[in-house]
Amino acid sequence: MNDVDGKELKSLLESIRFAYGYDFTDYSEASVKRRVALYMSNKKIKSFSDFSNTILKEEKAFEEFVQELSVTVTEMFRDPLFYKSLREHVMKRLATYPFIKIWVAGCATGEEVYSIAILLKEANLLDRSVIYATDINQHSLMIAKEGLFSIERMKEYTSNYQKSGGKESFSDYYISKYNSVLFDKSLRKNMVFSSHNLAGDKSFNEFQLILCRNVLIYFNQHLQNRVINLFHESLCPFGILALGNKESLLFSEKRICFDDIDKKEKIFIKTK
Amino acid sequence: MNAANTYEAIVIGTSAGGLIALASILKGIPHNYPLPIIVVQHRAKDPKDLLEEVLQSKCVIPIRQANEKESIQKGTVYIAPPDYHLLIENDRTFSLSSDELIQYSRPSIDVLFESAAAVYRNKLVGIILTGANHDGASGLALIKKLGGFTIVQDPLEATFPIMPEAAIQSTQTTHIWNLSAIQHFILHIHSDQ
Ligand SMILES: C[S@@+](CC[C@H](N)C(=O)[O-])C[C@H]1O[C@@H](n2cnc3c(N)ncnc32)[C@H](O)[C@@H]1O
Repeated sequence: MNDVDGKELKSLLESIRFAYGYDFTDYSEASVKRRVALYMSNKKIKSFSDFSNTILKEEKAFEEFVQELSVTVTEMFRDPLFYKSLREHVMKRLATYPFIKIWVAGCATGEEVYSIAILLKEANLLDRSVIYATDINQHSLMIAKEGLFSIERMKEYTSNYQKSGGKESFSDYYISKYNSVLFDKSLRKNMVFSSHNLAGDKSFNEFQLILCRNVLIYFNQHLQNRVINLFHESLCPFGILALGNKESLLFSEKRICFDDIDKKEKIFIKTK
Repeated sequence: MNAANTYEAIVIGTSAGGLIALASILKGIPHNYPLPIIVVQHRAKDPKDLLEEVLQSKCVIPIRQANEKESIQKGTVYIAPPDYHLLIENDRTFSLSSDELIQYSRPSIDVLFESAAAVYRNKLVGIILTGANHDGASGLALIKKLGGFTIVQDPLEATFPIMPEAAIQSTQTTHIWNLSAIQHFILHIHSDQ
């Protein structure tokens, strides 16, 4: 593993912002360093200055580096107890709205979006919901749109689904195609996928529920605060914000504007 | 032992058999210990796992799960949470990550050790204990390369020798000690706090 110098990295991230308009300067440095070192070793790039030059001169190399940086690890019904809590505490609140808008920010390859769609369907809310799913990783968004996932993980997902309180037969939601499964069209019809960068882009709608899980951990305190402001601004009164299991509102000046719905599962309601 | 050196942190990595080994090292460490001790013990993502509680019941030094962006304090043992990698930032805070599994593990010892080495450089002590895979071997090698002090549990004593053996091979570490020698070293360490 390479040992990437912090100062050199900072100045490269500044140049990237200038050249490409992507701002990674407020990402957690330790994580970015790690991804840089992985990228360099995959591409057999020996020195950091070679790496900088390539990234700044070749747009394609930069795009590949963005893929490397925007980690796409995800799963369906990740943390089943979180989904159980959504079923128990959030669905009935959503049911009070005639039209439901949901934002899944940092949706990666979409597993989370399909999980939410299944919850909505089982609560008879899917037909009056739209799920906006966004990410900065274009490649991930393409996979998400297709709704085609690897068959190998279905056993794990079925078990997650059941632990989340799912009572249906999970395999009814998809059809198998070779080594993949395709999720049902009825789940997909109210999903909108689009590119959105939390570190720069603005609010684009008002939502009853925002999910942003395991994205804030990649940001420093300063950017976490900015992103929570963005969510606060994008939620309707008494809108619901759900974060990842290890994330919190601790670094946000807006933390006083939220109450807990489920403290342990990091589900909050906007009260101010 | 390098008496001229002073240390800022200790990182420990272990897998199968780790709980007993950790308890036997940590149980004699006082609550006002002058360094932070940061641990990756491979663990399943079972939400009912009680690793911190079980260890605390045997130790006086506070044992806590590391929190996202929390600042690292001396006199505390931090344990990496299940299903996340634990990294250390330059400003001595923790970051978590959901990156892919490393050596089939999340948390991974390599991820913690590599980020700790980059931050603490030659003021870091890295320790590998019992375990049944190769995680930690390349992390410990980086600690050594950047001037840190590396220790491996004697494979003859370890419940599972594979992890110590891999670490010895990757680092050519000569400090191959049993648990009581490791504890003795930790207790008599020179710190710059
Ligand atoms: C570890 S994944 C989390 C996926 C999913 N939410 C989950 O919890 O399983 C992190 C995602 O955040 C996205 N991401 C990183 N920086 C982002 C940014 N500035 N704006 C939007 N998405 C971002 C990455 O592309 C990646 O898909």
